Amino acid sequence: MRPLLELTGATVRFGADAALDRVDFRLFPGEVHSLMGENGAGKSTLIKAITGALPLDAGELRLEGDHVAFASPHEAQAVGISTVYQEIEVLPNLSVAENICLGREPRRAGVISVRLMQARAREILLDLGLDIDPASMLGQHSVAVQQLVAIARAISTDVRILVLDEPTSSLDLDEVAELFRVIRDLRSRGVAILFVSHFLDQVYEICDRVTVLRDGAFVGEYLTTELLRIDLVQKMLGRDMADLKEREHTDDAAPEAAVVLEARGVTAAHGIADADVDLGEGEVLGVAGLLGSGRTSLARALTGVNRPHAGIIRIEGAGVHLDSPRRAMSLGVVYSSEDRRRDGIVAELSVLDNITLALQAERGVLRQLPVARRRELAASWVEALDIRPADLDRPAGTLSGGNQQKVLLARLLALSPRVLVLDEPTRGIDVGAKVEIQNLVGELADNGMSVIFISAELEEVLRVGDRVAVVRDGRIVRTAPAGALSADALLALVAQPDEDGE
Amino acid sequence: MRSIWRHRLFWPVVALLTLIAVNSIARPNFIKFRVRDGELFGAIITILRDSAPLMLVALGMTIVIATRGIDLSVGAIMAVSGAVALTIIDNSGDAGNLGVVLIAVVAALLVSLVLGVWNGFLVSVLGIQPIIATLVLMLAGRGVALLITGGFITTVNSEPFSFIATGYLFVLPFAFFISVAAITVIGLVERRTALGVLTEAVGINPEASRLAGVRSRGIIWGAYIVSGTLAGLAGILYASNIRAADANAAGVFIELYAILAVVLGGTSLNGGKFSIAGTVIGVLIIQTLDSTILFLGVPSAQSPVFFAIVVVVVVVVQSPRIRNAIGRMSRSRQPKAAAVEPPVEDKQKAEVTR
Amino acid sequence: MTAMATRIQERASGPSFLQTFLSRHGGMMPTFAAVGILLLLFVGAEIFLRGDFITPRNISALLLDNAYLLVLAVGMTFVILTGGIDLSVGSVMAFSGILGAKLLADGVPAVVAVPAMLLGGAAIGLMIGILVQYFDVQPFIASLAGLFLGRGLAYVVSLSSIKVEESSLLWLQSTRIRLGDWYITPTGLIALGTVAIAAFVLHLTRFGRTVYAIGGSEQSARLMGLKVARAKVGVYVISGLCGGLAGLVLTAYSGAGYPRNGIGTELDAIAAVVIGGTILTGGRGYVIGSMIGVFVYGTIKTIISFMGAEQSWMQIIVGALLLLFIVVQRAIVARSEGRR
Repeated sequence: MRPLLELTGATVRFGADAALDRVDFRLFPGEVHSLMGENGAGKSTLIKAITGALPLDAGELRLEGDHVAFASPHEAQAVGISTVYQEIEVLPNLSVAENICLGREPRRAGVISVRLMQARAREILLDLGLDIDPASMLGQHSVAVQQLVAIARAISTDVRILVLDEPTSSLDLDEVAELFRVIRDLRSRGVAILFVSHFLDQVYEICDRVTVLRDGAFVGEYLTTELLRIDLVQKMLGRDMADLKEREHTDDAAPEAAVVLEARGVTAAHGIADADVDLGEGEVLGVAGLLGSGRTSLARALTGVNRPHAGIIRIEGAGVHLDSPRRAMSLGVVYSSEDRRRDGIVAELSVLDNITLALQAERGVLRQLPVARRRELAASWVEALDIRPADLDRPAGTLSGGNQQKVLLARLLALSPRVLVLDEPTRGIDVGAKVEIQNLVGELADNGMSVIFISAELEEVLRVGDRVAVVRDGRIVRTAPAGALSADALLALVAQPDEDGE
Repeated sequence: MRSIWRHRLFWPVVALLTLIAVNSIARPNFIKFRVRDGELFGAIITILRDSAPLMLVALGMTIVIATRGIDLSVGAIMAVSGAVALTIIDNSGDAGNLGVVLIAVVAALLVSLVLGVWNGFLVSVLGIQPIIATLVLMLAGRGVALLITGGFITTVNSEPFSFIATGYLFVLPFAFFISVAAITVIGLVERRTALGVLTEAVGINPEASRLAGVRSRGIIWGAYIVSGTLAGLAGILYASNIRAADANAAGVFIELYAILAVVLGGTSLNGGKFSIAGTVIGVLIIQTLDSTILFLGVPSAQSPVFFAIVVVVVVVVQSPRIRNAIGRMSRSRQPKAAAVEPPVEDKQKAEVTR
Repeated sequence: MTAMATRIQERASGPSFLQTFLSRHGGMMPTFAAVGILLLLFVGAEIFLRGDFITPRNISALLLDNAYLLVLAVGMTFVILTGGIDLSVGSVMAFSGILGAKLLADGVPAVVAVPAMLLGGAAIGLMIGILVQYFDVQPFIASLAGLFLGRGLAYVVSLSSIKVEESSLLWLQSTRIRLGDWYITPTGLIALGTVAIAAFVLHLTRFGRTVYAIGGSEQSARLMGLKVARAKVGVYVISGLCGGLAGLVLTAYSGAGYPRNGIGTELDAIAAVVIGGTILTGGRGYVIGSMIGVFVYGTIKTIISFMGAEQSWMQIIVGALLLLFIVVQRAIVARSEGRR
């Protein structure tokens, strides 16, 4: 059978970095095809290349064998490629019917015929098995229905390829089932569906074929039935070849030193439920889990960034109420976000100001750090962490990713924290900086700091962590000494559903 | 040399110097000073004196804009402040008494401060968009002022009160000293304490600031309090100058001129990096332009046309579209400069701003 | 599956009329609230003034006295629905009014002068729209330039008021179409006509629906392939055009053009639109609501003058109402964000 859509040697560059590097991709009619990969693998870029949102720097896109190039999403839509984006692109302030028909409303002499429009919308909705009032406001409906209405809009034209980017991230199980029913129905009508999700269960349930990307490169294309779940995860995560100082690990399941941070039954909306954590003094607790497993929710709940719904957190035995990052900081618990650009760096401020920001905030407005002291402090961190270029007055936003991460680390370390929570500190930075950060974490722990180190790279977690906690589907499924786990065993824990894991 | 013209205050300073040069050539009187009774007179002195209310309001506006906000209510606060001060003096029965005037001024400033607290509450606690939150007071404030004066234009003949705007101290106008004092205090507070850098951090990236432990609510709230208080002082200057509290005319359009001064001074309306010196220059540009327009024989009522043109030119020059076009031009001419700037950053930024 | 099934069952059992109505027109609730306030004001004034308030004469005068504001509010509604704001309308009205008066005084026939007034307003609106759409200038700042320009140009045309002698223009105001004690003037008809046309355009044309879509989410509207740029420039042109028309109505009403007209009127127009239930962040609201908002405004004004109270109460009460609506809107938005 000939592929409906074929992408060969696709390359997309952002400046010097290739977000997509010679990737091949095929999509057959009547199949559900999943695109898999961790953060930064190039999934979104590939989708944008297919749907005309981004031009290809190299490579070729063929539709039914003919070469095509889309200048805009509009052109892609015209030949039957419709997309439902991750953040639901609907208008809650308009009616269901309008959301489906907007821009191509039935008109009579230039006047929109509301009656015809609603009739057409009802037809399309019933086709999807959705019996809702087309005249009702979309905002009145649940997120799932809004999602289905977005799909209804996508298929209301002659759709041949439907791209669903993380359509299930905000749906509950029943709603997912409903969505899958619709997807199966479309598949049986010969529509090719590109389904992007980080939920492995869902991928195995609905998809016929999987393409795996890693760091912008093509890893392989597989039939879902022939690919073991554990192999899929391994292909997504890859093997880290960086050379590192080995840290000596203890084999105890519980921390040997005094417990600094103790959490019991921590639960936060959408993400983490009933998590128990013990963190000893001078210990590195590695946290392994896939994107969306709850790893970030856990970190944010432990550091006051998001207030947990339930659970108890104790620091050195004393119960604390972490209702803001500021409170957590005053107790010596600091958090470095996975999203440096959004939640970390203050881009237009200098390296100097960025490094001293948290310390200054802690001291308060009136007690300004003396200028000489500030420079000295920042300069010592720039030197200690080898931040380059070593220019204190440069806007932090102009630094490379690895150096921005170091600036963030310096900001937090300047507070001399007791507990350092690092959420994917090594994502998207070059190998050299990565190794430096990993080694730094080890040194800090040797000096008595307690660290929670979150990463999707299993080798990294095993090497840096004294113990490793595995997070899957919003729960900590296992906590074990790093020495007692092999990379393969950890992979199995991260990837497999509950029944097989324990 | 290159670093000089890259400095963010370069263009504002050039604009101001050009205006002064044009004026000096067109009317030699412009740069002449006369001394009469130990008091200095001249066009430049008039500009310095008359710019005081706008200067005060624009300083407060700078801080508010740095937090990504805006304060539309400053004109109304001016009206309220003037009304409070003059009503107290008028009712005291002893308008010439220095003590009465002092009490009146302090009371007016306190009322203005409370109005600033109110604005800050709406923005930082209730989370209402600044434009809308301050619109409430912009609308209701003049009504309050009219109510205080009983619907009349309260006039007083008070020597100490008139001194504030029209008096002289060591050959220079007293109002000029108020300006300088406000600039100094704000400048010192922003740069000698950590307020400046924390305000910028909150304006540039509120979420990152929160994660870094910055008390953003207090900082934003404080900005509106400062703005309200300074507007109150401006209102006293205005009332002192005309020796009356005119609730309908006090500070009309001043919020717009203040915003213009801030933008002229190189502070972005999107918040973040701000420059007190830039705002000072912006105010002086506006006041000099006003004086120039007057000199040209254009009725002052028509001067908004010129300011409209200034606004359009400034915003168009600052717009991403023109910036990118200029950036492309200079990059194609200077390939080395392009290498310095990380292109990745550019593209991501472009995506975000889109 | 179960959740979906129950939902479907709910539908099958037949929703009550009220449920259907709310799910379709829940966005009209603030407008109903405005109607409620208007009725309350009427009843309160009637009781307070011992039956002297609700008379055909007073209510007819309400439309007559506020026709210009109604026209401005209609234009403002378009802009606010896209999430923008237009501060220039008061100045544009003054400019258009004085321009018309000047042209007529110079002997230009009304058939030329009136289109010139409208085009003058639309041109300022176009400038604002272009700044907003193509130069990414905040609507607030762009319309601020429009405010300065309109006010300055008004004074350029004339520094003092100009009396209008042209009969056709005065006819707009002097004619009383009577029905018993009720009456309406051509200016009132113009205002009501503007509301009707605006309601039609907003609800039954692609342009109008695009306006709502932009207010809901500009990004989504663009991804849906709607003509966002055209609509965004369009709303400011419409607002400018309404400013010009309001200038015509006001000139007819007062029999003169005056360059100081309409200082602060933009705030009244914004207040009326918000009180009428349009949300300042865009996407929700009705032009009919803005009409109610104008009537609420006008009624408060009338009551105050009936009571002989200070006009300053007007600004305070309108400010308080504005605050009330803004806080309620904020709560609504916060709730709907919580749902997502």
